[in-house]
Amino acid sequence: MGDYEFHWLIVYQALPQMLNGAFVTLHVAVFSMLLGIAFGVLLALGKMSKYRMPNIIATAWVEIARNTPALFQIYMAYFGLGAFGIHLSPYMAVLCALTFVNSGYLTETFRGGFQAIPRTQYVASWSLGMKKVQSYRYIILPQMFRRVYYPMTNQFIWSILMSSLGILVGMGELSGETQRLQSLSFRTLEFFIVAAIMYYVITKLVLFSADIMSRRLFKGEI
Amino acid sequence: MIQIQGVHKSFGDLEVLKGVDLEVDKGEVVSIIGGSGSGKSTLLYCINGIENIQKGKIVVDGVDVHDKATDLNKLRQKIGMVFQQWNSFPHLTVLENVALAPRVVLGKGKKEANELAKHHLRHVGLDDKFDVYPTQMSGGQQQRLAIARTMAMNPTYMLLDEITSALDPELVGEVLDTLRLLRDEGMSMICVTHEMAFAKEVSDKVAFVEEGIIEEIGEAVQVIENPVNEKTKRFLSKVL
Repeated sequence: MGDYEFHWLIVYQALPQMLNGAFVTLHVAVFSMLLGIAFGVLLALGKMSKYRMPNIIATAWVEIARNTPALFQIYMAYFGLGAFGIHLSPYMAVLCALTFVNSGYLTETFRGGFQAIPRTQYVASWSLGMKKVQSYRYIILPQMFRRVYYPMTNQFIWSILMSSLGILVGMGELSGETQRLQSLSFRTLEFFIVAAIMYYVITKLVLFSADIMSRRLFKGEI
Repeated sequence: MIQIQGVHKSFGDLEVLKGVDLEVDKGEVVSIIGGSGSGKSTLLYCINGIENIQKGKIVVDGVDVHDKATDLNKLRQKIGMVFQQWNSFPHLTVLENVALAPRVVLGKGKKEANELAKHHLRHVGLDDKFDVYPTQMSGGQQQRLAIARTMAMNPTYMLLDEITSALDPELVGEVLDTLRLLRDEGMSMICVTHEMAFAKEVSDKVAFVEEGIIEEIGEAVQVIENPVNEKTKRFLSKVL
């Protein structure tokens, strides 16, 4: 041990490509998160609904999303759908898979958030003449999101890190790019050290902006 | 006019209201007194259709509350409600709490809604609290906020559900003062209350409810000072 010679220049020269990969990583994480939130809210409402159909769909979605590996979701989206003649690009396949998993986990988070809001908040808004939709839009959802804000940022971090599975379908995100670049030069250690630092910086940036945003968004207490 | 005719209400096997009849005219103040679990609050929740009923009828200004075809959101605009636990919206400032419903329900512009909200907040003595969040205020202040929030919808009737019960004793006065103000302005109110002295002072009529039935109803002073019904007498001897 001890005679490994680090060569950083080659990584430095490949930095633009790596940064490009990092951008793809952030890109897919952000969109899978936004879509995951939208589906998660709908599924949470479905799970709490007194009707059977929304209930069954939401339950099945959550069960599959939470109890199977993300790797499996990505394979299903890329190769599985391909078998039925639906050909997604690697980016779309990873986006769909991560959205599926994100919304599965967020459904349970949101359901907890909804249930933490006292029924009296609904009653108070209805008795002012608000329709159900208005009550959700102005009274319930803002309070729900505030309660689940920090668990939600965890899910975001998870999306960033899990998008590295995109390497399996040749998506060209940070891990994929790193893998490709190191195979050209065999400077595996250097490349992956830099990639790890990039992941770290991205997640820290996300947490930092989430914190700033929370201060702007949430002024009152709950 | 609110007409309550033979109303029965059950939660599962538990029958809470067992045939209630009551009429409240415009401008009238009716207090409902009675022990815990007698069905007083449930009756209020039936009047604005938050709770359904099993039998009977509640008609507000000619509109049957529990008719499937009734637009409840529209009806509730003229029936304000204030709660025991005040239920302010914790994520909105005091001003936004009051301005929200006029804006989204009545479709007023932001500026107009804010002016309206300020007017009603001044009315209940919260002039200096516009930009504060409700949780930073005392219970009494939050309850006055809730009254202003309801008043901003310009309701014809107000349902008050034990609105002083959750307050510290020294804060009850300020809320009762606000109610006196409303009474003097001719607001129609149905108050479920444990404040006997207040009920006697502000109400036109007092109704005593026990086990889901109105046992006695009459002039406020008469019911509280000279009740006829044995159950009313027993109840009042315990609380007075």
